[in-house]
Amino acid sequence: MEQNATSQSNLRRVAIDPISRVEGHGRITLLLDDENHIHEARFHIVEFRGFEKFIQGRPYWEVPFLVQRLCGICPVSHQLAAAKAVDQLVGVERLTPTAEKLRRLLHFGQTLQSHALHFFHLSSPDLLFGFGSDPAQRNIVGVLDKYPELALKGVKLRKYGQQVIAAIAGKRIHGTATVPGGMNKILTIAERDALLVDIKDILAWSSDALALNEQIHTANPEHRDFATIRSNFLSMVGSGGELEIYHGGLRARSASGADIFDQFDYRGYQQIIREEVRPWSYMKFPYLIELGKEQGWYRVGPLARVNNCDFISTPLAEAARKRFREFGQGGFVHDTLAYHWARMIEALHCAESIYELLHDPDITGTDLVADLGEKRREGIGVIEAPRGTLFHHYQIDEEGLITKANLIVSTTGNNQAMNESVRSVANEYLDGHEITEGLLNHLEVAVRAYDPCLSCATHALGKMPLQVELLDADGMLVDRLTKGGNGVIERTV
Amino acid sequence: MSTEAKQNTITPNTITIDGQEIPFKDGQTIMDAALAAGVYIPHLCHRPGLTPHGSCKLCVVDIGSRGVSFHNSDRRVQTKFSVDIDGRSVSACTTPAVAGQQISNNTPALNEVRKTITQMLFIEGNHICPSCEKSGDCTLQAMAYHLGMLDGHFPQFFPHREVDASHPTVMLDRDRCILCELCVRASREVDGKNVFAIAGRGITAHLIVNSPSGKLADSDLETGDMAAHICPVGAILIKEHGYEVPIGRRTFDLHQVGEIGLEKVILAKVRHTDE
Repeated sequence: MEQNATSQSNLRRVAIDPISRVEGHGRITLLLDDENHIHEARFHIVEFRGFEKFIQGRPYWEVPFLVQRLCGICPVSHQLAAAKAVDQLVGVERLTPTAEKLRRLLHFGQTLQSHALHFFHLSSPDLLFGFGSDPAQRNIVGVLDKYPELALKGVKLRKYGQQVIAAIAGKRIHGTATVPGGMNKILTIAERDALLVDIKDILAWSSDALALNEQIHTANPEHRDFATIRSNFLSMVGSGGELEIYHGGLRARSASGADIFDQFDYRGYQQIIREEVRPWSYMKFPYLIELGKEQGWYRVGPLARVNNCDFISTPLAEAARKRFREFGQGGFVHDTLAYHWARMIEALHCAESIYELLHDPDITGTDLVADLGEKRREGIGVIEAPRGTLFHHYQIDEEGLITKANLIVSTTGNNQAMNESVRSVANEYLDGHEITEGLLNHLEVAVRAYDPCLSCATHALGKMPLQVELLDADGMLVDRLTKGGNGVIERTV
Repeated sequence: MSTEAKQNTITPNTITIDGQEIPFKDGQTIMDAALAAGVYIPHLCHRPGLTPHGSCKLCVVDIGSRGVSFHNSDRRVQTKFSVDIDGRSVSACTTPAVAGQQISNNTPALNEVRKTITQMLFIEGNHICPSCEKSGDCTLQAMAYHLGMLDGHFPQFFPHREVDASHPTVMLDRDRCILCELCVRASREVDGKNVFAIAGRGITAHLIVNSPSGKLADSDLETGDMAAHICPVGAILIKEHGYEVPIGRRTFDLHQVGEIGLEKVILAKVRHTDE
């Protein structure tokens, strides 16, 4: 950790810019010492979007729809987190049962489609073909060619999640569903019945995807140690300690599983989390105040949630969680690549939860908006987005305009962890003064396990080609490898 | 029948729009006559019942003795400016109907000009459709779709415009104002007040509030006023109400901007009722 926190001039530098098959644009720099050991790893976020600034002066009721434009992958999560904050601004403590269930259904659809996208489109090429396999094949087209049935299931799983979103929000991407204190549209019986048509297939395909990921992780011992780091975990849990992605208390546990805090009301998040700014990245570094900057970093997302929860409320996902737990011999699974396994446990949980909610009579109810209460000037909404715990914090003036906004997006929660994983991989695969394609590939795989969404985290958008730079102790360029968006790798020294 | 022969058999109190003979009454404008006959001439600043204003220029039509010209729609610049050279281009909403007028309205050339005007309206303001609560209910947006506008074409101005949220129930977001003066006229002519006006010239023209402080809170605007609901874009909004009509049931999810009498539907929508 100390090695990452300092910058020294007498070091060589390796930069990988940009990273591909993640959402957004990142770059990696490795600083080497005189003996070619990795002294420091920096996963740079070099873009800036500034949503927190430019929503200032906008009316609060507009915010869920403004901030959801942060991202095209999980706009629903941003809309819901902001909507939860807006509920507080209009004095609503509790939604109507129908509104809350519709929001949950919406979020399960969102998480299912995002997880399906990540595994099938972005990560399955690495996991099915191997990290070092031919890049010409190691992509979604290669998967479609060699595993057409699997690829098609992935496409359909994602499509189904988007159908759930469209039924509630009117559009698959960037729809409108929430209003202060509720929802704007009922789910008609016809819409519910249309979603019920395919749900059994969705359950089956989610189970298959989980089985595949479980098999890949447990059958490949090298996956256990790849980019693996021990960390604290932060996630939301339900009141009974169950896996919860819409509303609950915050739980943080140390690497050994000891409670740091539990069932913490997220509206007090500033008492437990602080964000550190480092000059070389637009992405902040959050840490648990109790443990301090050096020890307080944590991981969020599927691995954190599945490790942290006491149980999962749906039977198939719970059985999978128990197997996951057994794999960790009763303790936390710290394997970075187990993110994929945990992600598919959650995808199955989403499918099961969608099944349950579609059979719940409240879901087609018509009571959509709760009675508004006394207005407040501050609202804090927290949700478990697909990539991890997402914080939206707003303050408004007496006219209803935003005066201050703070967003801690999911990928930010994994910022330090991604740096640590990158350093772990670089130490193993960097060979002398030359940047190899193997190193480049392995660093990408490590970052990709976290499913980072750099668009949200920096509030930036872009494609992700990749560049590695190696600089000697005097700052002179020794080597540079560039991978274009088309996958072609060039040495450009 | 040739154009010449047609002109020789003018029916009293009729005009011809795109070859269709349309009756009019004394005192009617071309727009009045067209709307009464169910013929759509694109417009943003016109509203039946309010004094015509002629500011948006979308209702530009050609009056000429010749028939409708043919223009090559692939050659945009030429198309735009090769309007009927023997006649004149006028605003349909302010030009009186005169017996025998041969009017071109729905032509590629005129629609190209209208599209350019619409593009200029977009780039001169800050129209952020993706997050605007008026999206789907906005006549400017619907007009852009109607005219096949695919981009702003011109560089964005990104002007600095002020938001006035001082009023307890009505908000003024000048970012979206297109200076159509519908609110100015509705306040004066229907509400019997004089809440709004346009100040400044040219590109600095902007909507002002007639109150001692210049703030909406100090005006006598009330939620029930037509001026609070008539804005065709999202410049004047009822506060704390947005996104209440789901996608699929917004005005222009269900209607085309060219439907006659749509203003009543739009007014109902902004009063937050659902169809």
